[in-house]
Amino acid sequence: MMDAPGTPAVALRDVTLRLGGRPVLDAVTLAIGACEFVGVLGPNGAGKTTLMRTILGLVQPERGTVQVLGRAAARGNPAVGYMPQSRVALPTTRLTGQQMVAATVRGERLGLPSAGHATRAEVDRVLGLVDARALARRPMAEMSGGERQRVLLAQALVGRPRLLLLDEPLISLDPHHQHDVIALVRHVQLSLGITVLFSAHELNPLLGVLDRVLYLGGGRAALGTVDEVITGPVLSRLYGAEIDVVRLHGRIFVMAGRQEVAHCSHHAGASDDVRV
Amino acid sequence: MFAYDFMQNAFAAAGIVAVLAGVVGYFMVLRGQTFAGHALSHVGFTGATGAVLVGLSPLAGMMGMTVAAGVAMGMLGERLAHRDVAIGIVLSLSLGFGLLFLHFYTAFATQATALLFGNVLAVDAATVWTLLAVGILCLGALGVIMRPLLFASLQPELAEARGVPVRGFGMIFLAVVALATAACAQIVGVLLVFTLMVGPAAAALRVTGSVGRGLLLAAALALAEAWVGIAVAYVTDWPSSFWITALSGAAYLLAVAAVRG
Ligand SMILES: Nc1ncnc2c1ncn2[C@@H]1O[C@H](COP(=O)(O)OP(=O)(O)O)[C@@H](O)[C@H]1O
Ligand SMILES: [Mg+2]
Repeated sequence: MMDAPGTPAVALRDVTLRLGGRPVLDAVTLAIGACEFVGVLGPNGAGKTTLMRTILGLVQPERGTVQVLGRAAARGNPAVGYMPQSRVALPTTRLTGQQMVAATVRGERLGLPSAGHATRAEVDRVLGLVDARALARRPMAEMSGGERQRVLLAQALVGRPRLLLLDEPLISLDPHHQHDVIALVRHVQLSLGITVLFSAHELNPLLGVLDRVLYLGGGRAALGTVDEVITGPVLSRLYGAEIDVVRLHGRIFVMAGRQEVAHCSHHAGASDDVRV
Repeated sequence: MFAYDFMQNAFAAAGIVAVLAGVVGYFMVLRGQTFAGHALSHVGFTGATGAVLVGLSPLAGMMGMTVAAGVAMGMLGERLAHRDVAIGIVLSLSLGFGLLFLHFYTAFATQATALLFGNVLAVDAATVWTLLAVGILCLGALGVIMRPLLFASLQPELAEARGVPVRGFGMIFLAVVALATAACAQIVGVLLVFTLMVGPAAAALRVTGSVGRGLLLAAALALAEAWVGIAVAYVTDWPSSFWITALSGAAYLLAVAAVRG
């Protein structure tokens, strides 16, 4: 089914959302178009995960409306694919990639797990989309971080979603595997013609593929191209502090005073702002 | 040995319980809830001794208590997950109260060993029928929720987003675990339920990467361990619970070694 032209994939109107008393989103209005690749950025705790859970209908805003593909956000919308931030902590099992994805195929239905033809065909299809058919018979526990990410991405593609929410898929991957995951997601997004919201700590690895960025901070949100959003004045407003944006050799560094921000702690150290 | 009624009862009861324990245990291991079974069995001990004190059947007391505790665990949910100390204290308290109830009911001393370590040869025909009913109820309930439960066990947040009532099914599952634990305690005793519920399932999960084959293997292993254990106990006159734990431990070690080697 095609969306009416111009129907945004996600539209927030005047959305205010509070968690534990603090506003995570404060009167935010924005629209994300069909077939866009949007990077969702912002410091830890800015609300990236909460925004995705709101789009999924798992968190209710206090005020305002959330429209997803032209309808009010609601749990169980098969048109929305999701890769959660918290990764599966598989105990010492030999469950294979195939079994992992199969559990997702119409997994909400009552009854016994399905091993039927339709399930196997769907698993094969989504594994093929992410070039992971070779992982079907491998135990998840023995895969590398990048391989596991492929299987989880396949899982998110079950049911042919038209909007894909990927919550920090780059976390704990080395730069090489980060690049692979980004290229893969971009390829899937373009070949299926779907919308992707891709949250990350760091902007630079995503620079080549982003259509637009959605930067969250201080309850506010800024949506636009990299050149529109990643600027001193816009980010200063989001952070509520003086922010400088430094562009160097095609990379962008967001600085508060002499310190680079928007990085997670695994990059701690002064070497951050002298990388080239 | 099948000429004796008590042996027939023992094999029937152990067979029912082993299949139930293997299947339920598979999901316990998958969900990282093996400790729940351990905790519920301790609470069950209080239920069993308390029931005897007021003139009820220990099995009924145990099941009432484990199901109540299982549902309570499900309701506390996440908040309980990392409370090792609180859980440990509740477990000790349960055993402590069980001991107190035994103290008031002095003629009950030999029964204490049976409750703690199991006495499958003392299972009567009525208990076999009760276990059969419990087994059918538990496996039936599990059969109805198995697909979404598997989804929720492997990917809870995605399952929630797809509309699976993750908490509700988690609670139903804990109620099933509670009944299975109480049933299991009839065979190997409160202190050894791990051996039938967790041992075979953990071995199966290490050996096969398929859920279907894993469930069958867990049930088959538990069944083999229980029946062989009772048969060897009959021949050697050592306690059946000892032989079942020995077989369960050996099967698990073999599974670990087989996958490594
Ligand atoms: N369940 C919750 N209860 C209370 N506060 C929460 C809850 N989940 C998240 N928060 C708070 O909401 C804010 C946004 O969190 P989150 O969406 O996880 O941010 P991000 O994904 O950008 O790191 C944080 O300040 C966090 O502490
Ligand atoms: Mg997050």
